[in-house]
Amino acid sequence: MADASAKQVLFEPIFSNNPIALQILGICSALAVTTSMNVTLVMCAAVIAVTAFSNLAVSLVRTQIPGSIRIIVQMTIIASLVIVVDQVLKAYAYEISKQLSVFVGLIITNCIVMGRAEGFAMKNGPWLSFLDGVGNGLGYSVLLIFVAFFRELLGAGSLFGVSLMPVVNEGGWYIPNGLLLLPPSAFFIIGLTIWGLRTWKPEQVEEADYKMSRHTVKEAF
Amino acid sequence: MEHYISLILKAIFVENMALAFFLGMCTFIAISKKIEAAAGLGIAVVVVLTITVPVNNLLYNTILREGALEWAGLPNVDLSFLGLLTYIGVIAALIQIMEMILDKYIPALYAALGVFLPLITVNCAILGASLFMVERDYTFGESVVYGFGAGVGWALAILALAGIREKLKYSDVPDGLRGLGITFITVGLMSLGFMSFSGISL
Repeated sequence: MADASAKQVLFEPIFSNNPIALQILGICSALAVTTSMNVTLVMCAAVIAVTAFSNLAVSLVRTQIPGSIRIIVQMTIIASLVIVVDQVLKAYAYEISKQLSVFVGLIITNCIVMGRAEGFAMKNGPWLSFLDGVGNGLGYSVLLIFVAFFRELLGAGSLFGVSLMPVVNEGGWYIPNGLLLLPPSAFFIIGLTIWGLRTWKPEQVEEADYKMSRHTVKEAF
Repeated sequence: MEHYISLILKAIFVENMALAFFLGMCTFIAISKKIEAAAGLGIAVVVVLTITVPVNNLLYNTILREGALEWAGLPNVDLSFLGLLTYIGVIAALIQIMEMILDKYIPALYAALGVFLPLITVNCAILGASLFMVERDYTFGESVVYGFGAGVGWALAILALAGIREKLKYSDVPDGLRGLGITFITVGLMSLGFMSFSGISL
């Protein structure tokens, strides 16, 4: 993809090559932070910032890094960026940073960041790498926001903490589905989302490992 | 003693790394097609967690924590913001050292675990366990037990998933769900199963 246009690099990861749904990257944090929209948006902003700037930084020094220690160099760049993000969140959004708890730190091991640094930024120029980082961050965010939308709306009857469907406990009519606030629902929603996405774009369907062979022998009458 | 037993049970079942905190998901999904591979990875995770969590605990308590540098005559220094960089460095270095030691002295084990060790550096379960250890303020003894328990819990989950997926490949799954989609739904069901442990208070 050396001559890929900037637009393609930016928009491809959002639906056609989504990091979560197709490349199986960065699922860990995708599930744990999606119980409410506020927290999810902050997490998405953090991930976009880290992917974009780590791609930029790795791309800038890519000709200077000796091949054998490149992973450590990338790790150090990413970890430093995450520390900056973590400190900014603690200073300006303390409540939300408490809710995200360890998951901000876990951006370091989020495979999207490492994967793009190793797979794209090591081979391309700084500007394209920056866009690729933003694009992959956006692809991650789209899926996260989608999951969070359903979990918060159906699980708590609200969006961004504003009550849309008044719940029974507070004198309304909506009986919230508590399961959606618990871990398993995130797996179900992502599984179903992947199903929907692949029905829409059939070229993403995986090959079957095993096919049922046709019944060729005629049964005796 | 009782305290440690309840901590280990909690780490394995109630707070299962993979199914309750979603940690280490990438490798969890990617390496769970075959039981042998899953077992190898599971053992490697147990070993690495049992070593890295206590080491990070020592580093945190003697160097990084606020006021921990008192022995060096610097009582007002707080280095805890360097935590993330330190933990990931320790993990990467320890895995590299383990790989070299295994290669030299226990080649049979190296042949079995070798391919999985580099993968573990980017496994969020490893870093996650260290971060939880700091957040919950475990002592050294607790951190050994917690590291081991968290590893066993993760290994148990990946073995169970690999077993299910080996059977699952013979079933007729709708096209769009094949592969990744159905795996997610399976993991969701497993996670529901593990939730039944959460009622147990220790």
